Amino acid sequence: MARAVTPKRKMINTIVAWSVGLLIFFPILWTILTSFKTEAQAINDPPLFLFFDWTLENYSVVQERSDYMRFLWNSVILAGGSTLLGIIVAIPAAWSMAFVPSKRTKDILLWMLSTKMLPAVGVLYPIYLVFIQLGLLDTRAGLTIVLMLINLPIIVWMLYTYFREIPGEILEAARMDGASLKEEILYVLTPMAIPGIASTVLLNFILAWNEAFWTLNLTAAKAAPLTAFIASYSSPEGLFYAKLSAASTMAIAPILVLGWFSQKQLVRGLTFGAVK
Amino acid sequence: MATKASRSAARLMMAPAVVLLLGWMLVPLIMTLWFSFTKYLPMRGDSIANGLDWVGFENYGRFVTSSSFWPSVQTTLIIVGGVLVITVALGIVLAILLDQPMWGQGVVRIFVIAPFFVMPTVSALVWKNMFMDPVNGLLAHIWKFFGATPVEWLSQASLPSLIMIVSWQWLPFATLILLTAIQSLDSEQLEAAEMDGAPVLKRFWYIVLPHLSRAVTIVILIQTIFLLSIFAEIFVTTGGAFGTKTLSYLIFQRVLESQNIGLGSAGGVYAIILANIVAIFLMRIVGKNLDA
Amino acid sequence: MYLKNALHAATAISLIATYSAYADTITIATVNNGDMIRMQGLTDDFTAKTGHNVEWVTLEENVLRQRVTTDISTKGGAFDIMTIGMYETPIWGANGWLVPLDNLSAEYDVDDILPAMRNGLSNDGTLYAAPFYGESSMVMYRTDLMEKAGLEMPKAPTWDFIRQAAAAMTDRDNEINGICLRGKAGWGEGGAFITVTANSFGARWFDEGWNAQFDQPEWANALNFFVGMMAESGPPGYATNGFNENLSLFQQGKCGMWIDATVAASFVTNPNDSTVADKVGFALAPDTGLGKRANWLWAWALAIPAGSQKVDAAVQFIEWATSKGYIELVASKEGWANVPPGARTSLYENPEYQKVPFAQMTLDSINAADPTNPTVKPVPYVGIQFVAIPEFAGIATEVSQEFSAVYAGQQTVEEALAKAQALTNDAMEAAGYR
Repeated sequence: MARAVTPKRKMINTIVAWSVGLLIFFPILWTILTSFKTEAQAINDPPLFLFFDWTLENYSVVQERSDYMRFLWNSVILAGGSTLLGIIVAIPAAWSMAFVPSKRTKDILLWMLSTKMLPAVGVLYPIYLVFIQLGLLDTRAGLTIVLMLINLPIIVWMLYTYFREIPGEILEAARMDGASLKEEILYVLTPMAIPGIASTVLLNFILAWNEAFWTLNLTAAKAAPLTAFIASYSSPEGLFYAKLSAASTMAIAPILVLGWFSQKQLVRGLTFGAVK
Repeated sequence: MATKASRSAARLMMAPAVVLLLGWMLVPLIMTLWFSFTKYLPMRGDSIANGLDWVGFENYGRFVTSSSFWPSVQTTLIIVGGVLVITVALGIVLAILLDQPMWGQGVVRIFVIAPFFVMPTVSALVWKNMFMDPVNGLLAHIWKFFGATPVEWLSQASLPSLIMIVSWQWLPFATLILLTAIQSLDSEQLEAAEMDGAPVLKRFWYIVLPHLSRAVTIVILIQTIFLLSIFAEIFVTTGGAFGTKTLSYLIFQRVLESQNIGLGSAGGVYAIILANIVAIFLMRIVGKNLDA
Repeated sequence: MYLKNALHAATAISLIATYSAYADTITIATVNNGDMIRMQGLTDDFTAKTGHNVEWVTLEENVLRQRVTTDISTKGGAFDIMTIGMYETPIWGANGWLVPLDNLSAEYDVDDILPAMRNGLSNDGTLYAAPFYGESSMVMYRTDLMEKAGLEMPKAPTWDFIRQAAAAMTDRDNEINGICLRGKAGWGEGGAFITVTANSFGARWFDEGWNAQFDQPEWANALNFFVGMMAESGPPGYATNGFNENLSLFQQGKCGMWIDATVAASFVTNPNDSTVADKVGFALAPDTGLGKRANWLWAWALAIPAGSQKVDAAVQFIEWATSKGYIELVASKEGWANVPPGARTSLYENPEYQKVPFAQMTLDSINAADPTNPTVKPVPYVGIQFVAIPEFAGIATEVSQEFSAVYAGQQTVEEALAKAQALTNDAMEAAGYR
């Protein structure tokens, strides 16, 4: 991997890559910067980049208006719970697909993915009616299940591709030693698949965190996560760029920080079997 | 290799996932099918409790003959296609760039993947208001700085703007997968080709690209699934105006704005059919790469 | 011992039960407008007075509509109070989806509600929602720019005067647009504005037989006038401007005139937010001499969905939030200019409130609007900027999208009107009107 290059070449690489990286990151950076401006500074002409009076006012206004911690906590529970539940259901399924493949394995996998193609807006009414019948409206439990089901195909698929890369001989050796199926999965397979499981967890946590249709439409006050928090800051009356920026920063900061700390893990695992 | 016992165990272990997804698919699907054959106007007092009137294929006919139908299919395909082309092309370039030796590789990688962590609603709001606003948006300021007339992005270049916003969100995903694939490329092979005097473009075309084909397949497949149903971005930015009405947005208008559940459900069935056509199409073209 | 514990527990439970029957927690869905956010901030006063707690669901207008409509038409019961408008209230009330507000207390003084508002929020004489604030539309203009242009705004201007004044005030080099108006797609945004404009040009949505009227010359006149004026004097990109975009433009001093909701008056005259706070004048919405002015009537109102388990507490909340006392509470904390306007007669009789510069013009505008007789020619419907039938929101949103495409220069007025005519008639046929 580590190829030897001339310092000049490395310098050029660095400059180009940093420029491109900053360009892609800029909208987020701009949002964060704007969140520390006053509303008047936010629309100043010419735009103010760094030299303005930094203020925390927007954050206190947002916090005063809505209980951020409650939305945050719901987001954590929903994203975490649905991912955990998904992993528990998906590991056995992915195991059996990877190690006891049959003619239908590929079909089942593709069918699972196809369930994601049901347009959410088209089935809002059916799901809403089912939720009313089951008393799941505005409950964390109900939403956790929905988010789990939405992401389950992706989880199964990701895990399946990792498991397939694990050589079958190791499992057979364990079986020879008299390991039961449960032990085989728990003590042999799982530790080997940890990187894969970790990136699956991360990816699905992000997807669940960012899901904005069901989390908005199936909640009211009790189970509403950060996506609902944001829905009260778009175009209110008057100048709102700074407050919108503060609310946006608050909504994306936790997941951004998590993503940054775990990006190595995420990069390592996001192969979907694309690497032979 | 697999014994009978392990086969039945395997089936048992697959059962929870399969049953759950089957339920998640069938319950709404059956209800949608049912509604699509009925007159279901809740605002006019129709409800399941009072019984719904069967109208046969009337909703299906009405949905396709509406003047918005074919444009919406076209818009959907343009958005999905546009975003796929941009993310895959730029994703390959970025992946190769990020694979080069440089200082601060980790930091750059963080910058590049960051948009993936931003909720679609937030990204749409930020782009719409703080960048694409023709008066106060940053892009307008840049245009004015160079003496140009600011572009009215979301009305005059609505589809390209939308494709750009969505591409920004999905570029990190494509880059990440492609980067992982590139890192697994045998560098000796590349170096050998370099020694043989193969020019850069040739090396890219005959060694790098074939190696990436599998990863590209994955990117296309997964993104298509998500892109076919994008909603928040359109809802926030244009509300379906200026030719940005996708099929799923049209269904939203029928179901929620017009409160015609029967008509919207018929649209939902069409959307499922469209999604499956796209899926089969994808499988045929790229399925070979996916020896799942 | 065990028995004793059990008894204790039982008493404790019954105590909790009685207490919770007394102190409910109600869930309220509301829109994220400034007045509602202020109400949210004052919830403690309600809790102190009644013991009930409130859980707020504050959403942006479009999301709110989508959310409460789904919930009420499926009888979901997620909310105890919904913030809805003058369009939804009579339709939902007629469907039996709302709790009638016919047992309000004597001190609430329901007769004090402005008659226009009360009628608009009733169906067959029964009140289904209490107005939190009400509005019409009027002209807000910059007195300094008007003077500079050498013109004087009459109390009741015509569209021709508005167009002439807009052109005179426009100063593109200094980013001053003579007039800012809504062009954004959506029945409650640009759709509402073009409808009232068309009304003043003698147009109507439907004739007495529910036939769409977009093929009539009045609509073409109105739309051509609007597009022409905005091309001369409007801000760039007005096809995507709604209430809020125009508000910020006006507050930044980039508009000479703005015709929009009367509630905006308190925002544009508030020195904390507005750079032009002391230079704003008001006038009635314009006309063309045909007898109808381009002003609408709207109220944001609180209603109780029929499935609510906490009707008593919900009624108490509505009586608190739309009472005279609430207005006084806001006045004592934020000043008279910031109280929710347009709902009660007594507010406009209050000498303190009469000192507020826009008070009289707001009342006059509200009184100039007549939902039962909205157009020059007769119509089969009620409502000014909307038609109070369930299908309207869907139809008008699509129609306004066609119009916005005209504003963005993507199609001609004729093309848009032809499409509007066809899609409206289609939808009305589907709904069984024709």
